[in-house]
Amino acid sequence: MSEFFVIGKSIAMVDAAGKSTGAGKYADDFSLPGMLVGKILHSPYPHALIKRIDTSRARALDGVVAVVTGEDAPNPYGILPVGHDETALAVGKVRYVGDNVACVAAVSEEVAEQALELIAVEYEPLPAYFDPEQSMTAERNLIHENRPNNIEKDYHHVFGDPEKGFAEADYVAEARYLANEVTHAAMEPHCTLASFEIDPHSGRQGRLTVWSSTQVPYYLQHKLSLVLDVPMSQIRVIKPLVGGGFGGKSEIIPLEIIAAVAARAAKAPVKITYTREEVFWAHRGRPRTIIDLKTGVKNDGRITAVACKVIQDGGAYCSYGVVTILYSGALLGALYDIPNIRYDGYRVLTNKPACGAMRGHGTVNVRFAFESQMDEIAATLGLDPAEMRRTNLLKPPTVTVNGLRVLSYGLPECVSQVVTRSGWRERRGTLARGRGLGIACSHYVSGAANSIIRSDMPHSTVNIKIDRDGGVVVYTGASEIGQGSDTMTAQVVAEVLGCSLARVKVIAADTDLTPIDLGSYSSRVTFMSGNAAMRAAEEVKKNITSAAARRMNCVPEDVVMAGDRVWKRGVALPDADEAAASGHVDGQILRGSVLQSRKAETVKDHMSFEEAVVAAIDFHGGLTGTGSYAPPVEARGGKHKGAGVGPSPAYSYSAQVAEVSVDEETGVVTVHKIWAAHDCGRALNPVAVEGQVIGSVWMGLGQAVQEEMIWKDGLMMNPGLLEYRSPSSAESPEVECIIVESIDPEGPFGAKEAGEGSLAATIPAISNAIYDAVGVRLREAPFTPERVLAALRAKRGAKKVEMTEGVDPTEPQTFREHGGALWYRGKGPQRHAEDAARAGGAR
Amino acid sequence: MKKELIELRINGRTLELAVQSNALLLDVLRQDLNLTGSKRGCDDSSCGACTVQVDGIPMLSCTMLAASYQGCEITTVEGISDGGGLAAPQKAYGDFGGSQCGYCTPGFMMTVRWLLANNPNPTDEEIREALSSNLCRCTGYTQMYQAIRAVIDAESQQRPAEMAEATRE
Repeated sequence: MSEFFVIGKSIAMVDAAGKSTGAGKYADDFSLPGMLVGKILHSPYPHALIKRIDTSRARALDGVVAVVTGEDAPNPYGILPVGHDETALAVGKVRYVGDNVACVAAVSEEVAEQALELIAVEYEPLPAYFDPEQSMTAERNLIHENRPNNIEKDYHHVFGDPEKGFAEADYVAEARYLANEVTHAAMEPHCTLASFEIDPHSGRQGRLTVWSSTQVPYYLQHKLSLVLDVPMSQIRVIKPLVGGGFGGKSEIIPLEIIAAVAARAAKAPVKITYTREEVFWAHRGRPRTIIDLKTGVKNDGRITAVACKVIQDGGAYCSYGVVTILYSGALLGALYDIPNIRYDGYRVLTNKPACGAMRGHGTVNVRFAFESQMDEIAATLGLDPAEMRRTNLLKPPTVTVNGLRVLSYGLPECVSQVVTRSGWRERRGTLARGRGLGIACSHYVSGAANSIIRSDMPHSTVNIKIDRDGGVVVYTGASEIGQGSDTMTAQVVAEVLGCSLARVKVIAADTDLTPIDLGSYSSRVTFMSGNAAMRAAEEVKKNITSAAARRMNCVPEDVVMAGDRVWKRGVALPDADEAAASGHVDGQILRGSVLQSRKAETVKDHMSFEEAVVAAIDFHGGLTGTGSYAPPVEARGGKHKGAGVGPSPAYSYSAQVAEVSVDEETGVVTVHKIWAAHDCGRALNPVAVEGQVIGSVWMGLGQAVQEEMIWKDGLMMNPGLLEYRSPSSAESPEVECIIVESIDPEGPFGAKEAGEGSLAATIPAISNAIYDAVGVRLREAPFTPERVLAALRAKRGAKKVEMTEGVDPTEPQTFREHGGALWYRGKGPQRHAEDAARAGGAR
Repeated sequence: MKKELIELRINGRTLELAVQSNALLLDVLRQDLNLTGSKRGCDDSSCGACTVQVDGIPMLSCTMLAASYQGCEITTVEGISDGGGLAAPQKAYGDFGGSQCGYCTPGFMMTVRWLLANNPNPTDEEIREALSSNLCRCTGYTQMYQAIRAVIDAESQQRPAEMAEATRE
């Protein structure tokens, strides 16, 4: 039997019923009396100065209550302290097609949309930059004046001695890889409802309450305070149910600020909900990434050195860009034992929507390149790709050459599991023509060891209150976004307190009620909030056991709490009666200590959970507990510039095998099955872990074979869920999830992350399987039929067909814009005379 | 635009409503009736989050004019629970991880309900085919299949399949 009562068992999420009945409320499901609808006017130009905005005709329209522009809230903000380059609405300049220019608050959506048509904006177009390599050479008309050459940030890291490492190598592989841009496309479009209260003393606008679809309510509170010049204490952010984030809601999205600015001007509640097209413009997804990768190996496959140059097409604002480009380099480490690393990373600004954090932040595209190159090396040297990975395993506990501490390391077992389950040894090379197997590995952080705003603040804090009703109320700032944060919190607390899950109520992510927590990103919640919840529950437990020990004439250490009962260690428990099990105990709890105390004088050796709670409240005068978590200093990484990103208290590991077939006539890749083994430390809720792993693999599959943001003159050509081609059930393969438990020494009950680490391995597993199937190496993702066909035709020396002209996905060179009949409003954007893209295309 | 009076049958109740003739059923449900279970996930009938049943057929309420559906029996996710408790697919979606963020779940519920009412013993391929009308970004669908399979298995163990068909409706 398991040593645990609550954790380790598959259970439905604590909020599952509200989701399947429609009773659960998401931001757009809220409305307030007198609420107005906000609509945003977006820029039709990728890069232009705003000469003049005339809102008078819009203001005059019946039903329009307010029109706001950049001047109404000019304070800059940004998610990173080094990147405060956004304003609520454009001030003086727009930087991408879709940039936010003005907002109308009106009585209905219809009126608001009419009003947008009446706003006259005079633009002066500037040359625009769409290709990062070209953008890096710009000297004039910069996207942000304080960013020379349109480079947001570049890092140049050397660990070990890469030159020596390459000199020692028997074989060196070198190639360019390109992964195109993808976005989260969470099912719920962003939505924010903002409402001011009238202050009773001043009689003016006072406290602000915001309901928003966010993964980071406390960052939102902070940035609102910055932009509105209102103290954080006067702002309450409430995160209702969130319909998926994947990183797209892990920073402040323009509408979250704009809604508050509009509500302030309109003196009424304002709700803004993005259309799906606006969601694509808001973006913050995974940047198109150019990776020049060089790997040196010995003949047995042992890696001697890696050199990696990464250029990320970051879009028009910094967003999480500095962190993304650092993750791309830092997480070259901590998966395999690599003695020498050189990394050059460039985060480049272009006139497109800003890229930000997306599931597997910064690691995914580089991992695609790395694992593909390993496969190429294995093929060249005649090694089994699975064995080559085994050859390069880390030997934990260890600190990698770039300063990452690795304790628990389930990768060896992950590799063994997928090799066995997929029949790797027996089946590889024996499959029918056009069918193949590919293997790849990946890893991810369980939360960042250093917070983005440097401070000594704990990363997570959890409060618990237990009252005489025996109910356990847990207050956590952690943000449930569908990943199971609330359920995890409830499970951890119930396990520690030995009570049933039904007693535990989680109140989460409401800045007025819950203690500060950094939010749901970088897979930090289970590890950090889980540890905080555990510590809070242990504090409460200490108070319960000390009071119970008095009644039981024993030391607190001898008091056992489990199964909703409390007893003295070693006594024979009578069978649990129904009353205790149902959580009902004779009503004496509310009637207080007079009756209680008479009963209580007798020495007992066991009691119900409620009795113990009442004893503790009577003894201590209340029953609350607080726990917090900050990563240990040893896990916070090295001292070099940029060392803050990458370190984590623990890393998850994944190994995957994909089975695909390729239609050589059409280039269509069909993924039949993926075996995914994921080391999550300990699975607190196995069904949820499987869901996270399968969901990650599936999202990786989308990026591998069909998802891609397509651009023409800075305008997104496929801003819809069908055109973006999010896979439907008909296109989704079977994913077999194998949970590997390495029991991390610092994780809550040994748990680590589960929600992101598997994504990165899927893309290279598929590209490696395509190579196994038809012998072409695709170095540009996604592996669409056009690209696969082009590669197949190139391999047999056939003429290039028109749709693939100029494109060799096996040797991607540069960014190319897609053609297409759709131009903005039928006219196509007006282009500046010096626009490089105007003369002779993007290259 | 002036509003006009229409009569809709929603979840077994007859409701008299004043709506504009261009009002979409989804907006009437969400804004006029506060039936916010049906969701808007896209603007072009591609995601299925707004799926309702009209005379038992799943349809996308984001692209239906409310006034055109007078006299039809409209069922939303708020109308499919089992006597106030969770219907079998609703329970199974929770137990098997069929919903994560849950935003697409109401739409899936309407599709699954139709599938099981019309094809009590679907093949795996038929389940995939049926579910392809709805998009989900969290689950990769795998755990949804497990949930649906569990509902079907539970149903078949209780009574013969043909009985199940006769008693459903």
